[in-house]
Amino acid sequence: MRILVIEDDLEAQRYLVQGLKESGHVVDDAADGEIGLNLALSRPYDVAIVDRMLPRKDGLGVVAEMREHGNQIPVLFLSALSEVDDRVKGLKAGGDDYLTKPYAFVELLARIDALMRRRMPAGVKTRLDVGDLELDLLTRGAKRSGTEIELQPREFRLLEYLMRHAGQVVTRTMLLESVWEYHFDPQTNVIDVHISRLRAKIDKGFEVPLLHTVRGAGYMIRAH
Amino acid sequence: MAAKASQSLLRTQAFRIVLVYALLFAFSTAALLAFTYWNTRRTLDAQTDQIIEAEIAGLSDVYQHLGLRGLAETVRERSQHSNQALYLLSDGLRHIIAGNLDTWPRTVATPGNFVEFDYERPVDGKLESRRARGRMFALTGDFVLLVAQDVHERYLTQRMFTTTLPWTAALILVLGLLGGALMSRNMLRRLDSINKTSGEIIAGDLSRRVPLVGSGDEFDTLAENLNRMLDRIERLMKGLREVTDSVAHDLRTPLNRLRNRLEEMASRLNAAGSNAEEIERAIGEADKLIGTFNALLLIAETDAGTTRVGMTTLDLASVVADVVELYEPLAEERHISLVMPPPARIWIEGNRSLIAQALANLVDNAIKYTPEAGQVMITIAGSDAGVDVAVADSGPGIPAEDRARVVERFVRLEASRNSPGTGLGLSLVAAVAHFHNAQLLLTDNAPRGLKAVLRFSPGALRAMPLKSAAE
Repeated sequence: MRILVIEDDLEAQRYLVQGLKESGHVVDDAADGEIGLNLALSRPYDVAIVDRMLPRKDGLGVVAEMREHGNQIPVLFLSALSEVDDRVKGLKAGGDDYLTKPYAFVELLARIDALMRRRMPAGVKTRLDVGDLELDLLTRGAKRSGTEIELQPREFRLLEYLMRHAGQVVTRTMLLESVWEYHFDPQTNVIDVHISRLRAKIDKGFEVPLLHTVRGAGYMIRAH
Repeated sequence: MAAKASQSLLRTQAFRIVLVYALLFAFSTAALLAFTYWNTRRTLDAQTDQIIEAEIAGLSDVYQHLGLRGLAETVRERSQHSNQALYLLSDGLRHIIAGNLDTWPRTVATPGNFVEFDYERPVDGKLESRRARGRMFALTGDFVLLVAQDVHERYLTQRMFTTTLPWTAALILVLGLLGGALMSRNMLRRLDSINKTSGEIIAGDLSRRVPLVGSGDEFDTLAENLNRMLDRIERLMKGLREVTDSVAHDLRTPLNRLRNRLEEMASRLNAAGSNAEEIERAIGEADKLIGTFNALLLIAETDAGTTRVGMTTLDLASVVADVVELYEPLAEERHISLVMPPPARIWIEGNRSLIAQALANLVDNAIKYTPEAGQVMITIAGSDAGVDVAVADSGPGIPAEDRARVVERFVRLEASRNSPGTGLGLSLVAAVAHFHNAQLLLTDNAPRGLKAVLRFSPGALRAMPLKSAAE
C-alpha cells in the first residue's frame, strides 16, 4: 500500500515512516502542508496520514483542498490538540478518522488497515464467515458448526465489527468508537469483559479458538 | 404577550419609583393649592372686615352726633348708592327702619364677633342667593344695626379652588404615571438588552456585546463598562485556551516521542527474542500519564464551557441505558447487580459524549467501591427541580465532610488510595455538570452507600424531536 505521511515533527515522522515501512507499506513523507498537498494531488496514494498543525498550510486546509480537487483517498488526522471539538472540525474538513497524540503505533496501524479495507468495495454482504463461524446480517443470527449461538444486540454488533475486520488487529478504542460510539476510554477496561463474554459464546467447547487477544494491541478474529 | 409585558412593566423598580413620585407630587400640589386657598380666603376676609370696621366707625360717628334719626338717614342714603355694602337698621320688634335688606337674615356667628348670612339679591332680573359677612350692634332703645359686605367673590374663589384641586391632582397623577411608564419602558428595554446579552454569554457565546445607544447616558456607560469587562474576560479565556492548546501540543509531542521510542525498543527486544517486560511496563506508565493528562485537558476545556459543538436534543434514558449496557458485564463479573428500573423518556439539550462519559465515571466508581453481591441502582426521575439521574451504590459511601473535597482535582480519599484511578473522575463529572448548567449532588444512600445525582435544570428540558416521535 502507498501511504503519504504529512508531519512536521521530524522525530515523529521518522518513527512513523520506519514503522510503516517495516509493516510492508510504501511511504512518502512531507514536512509541511504545501509539499504534502502537492504530493497528494500528483501521486496515487491509498491513504494519507496528516498532522493537524503544519507549517505553511495547516492540516485542515490541506485536506479541504484535496477534497475540492476531487481527491477522495482516506485521510487519518493526527493531532496534539485537545479533543472536544477538534475531532468534529477534523471530520468536517474531510478527514475519515482522527487520532490524538500520543498514540500507540498498533492503534495507528489498525486504523489505517480499517480505512483501506473500507475503501475496497466489497459489495453488499449479507453473510460474514470466519472458519466455521457464520453471521447472517439479515436474520441477525449466528452459527458455529451449524449450532445456533444466541447473541445480545450489542454482542452481535461487536462480533460483526470483528468479523468485518477478520485477520486485522482491532484495538479497544476502535471497538469503543465503532460499536459503542464513545470517544473516550472508560476508567476500567470494560471492553475486555465484553470480549470474554463473547468468547465464551463463540469459542467455548470448540477445539480451535477464533477470537484472539493480541498482546499490547487489541483483538483479532481469524480462522487459523 | 401584551398582558405579560405590562405585568413586567408594573414589576419594575423604575415604575415603582415613578408611582411613588407621582403620588407624592400630586399630594404636595394639593397641599399647596389648599394652602393658597386658605391664605387667599383669610386675606379676603381681612379686607372685608376692614371695610366693615371703617363703615362702622363712620356710622358710629353719625350716631353720636346726629342720633338715631341721623343714623337712619345716613343708612338709607348709603343703601341706595352701595353695591357691595349691606345695611339694616331695625327697632326692638325687628321692624325695619332703614337699609337695603328686605328681611332679617338668619345669621351664623363666626370668630371675632362677625356673623355670616345668606341673602337674596336680583342679578340680571333673577333673585340670587348670596353670602355676606358683617357685624351687628345693639343700639340704645333696643335698636339693632347690621353692617355687612357681600362676599360672593370669596365664594367664587373657593369654588375655583375646590373644582380645580381634584382635577389638578388627577392630571398630575396621570401625566406622572404616563411619563413614568414611558421612562421605565425605555429603561426596561435597555436593561433587557443587557440581560439578553449576559444570557447569551453565560450560554457560552463570549463574542456577544451589549449594544450601545450612543446617547452617552448612564446606561451607555454601564454597557461600555460591561463590554470592557467582557473584552477582558474573552481575552483571558482565549489566553487560557491558547495555554491549554500549547501545553497540549508541547507536552504531547515529547510524550509521543517517549512512547514511540519505548515501543521501538520493545519491538526490537521482542524481535531479538529478549524479554521486553520492563519496557512494556514503562509503556503502561506512559499511558497512565497520557490518560491523566488527557483527562485534565478535557476537564479544563469542559469547565471553560467555550465549546458548544456537539449539543443536541437527546433521550436521557437511552444515554443512561447505553452506559448501563456497557458496564453490565463488568458488574456481573463482580457479582454486583446493576439495576435500572424502566425510566421515563426524558429529552434534554446536552452533549451526548460528555454526559455518557460523566455517567460512565459514576457507574465505574459505583462498581469499583461496591463489595461483591452488592447493588448499583440507576434511576431517572423528573421533578419540579428538573431531572435527576441518580447512581446509588451499596459501598462504603463518602463521609459528609469529604463530599465537597472529592470533586476537586487529584483528591483521593485515604480509603481508596490503593485502588486504581487518577483522582479526576468526579472532577470531570462536576465539570460536565457545570457545562450543562446542572448540579452534581453527593448524598447518602439508604441504608448504606453513596448516591450521586446529576440534576439537570428544568431549562435543559426539550420536547421530543419530531423525527423520534414519528418512529
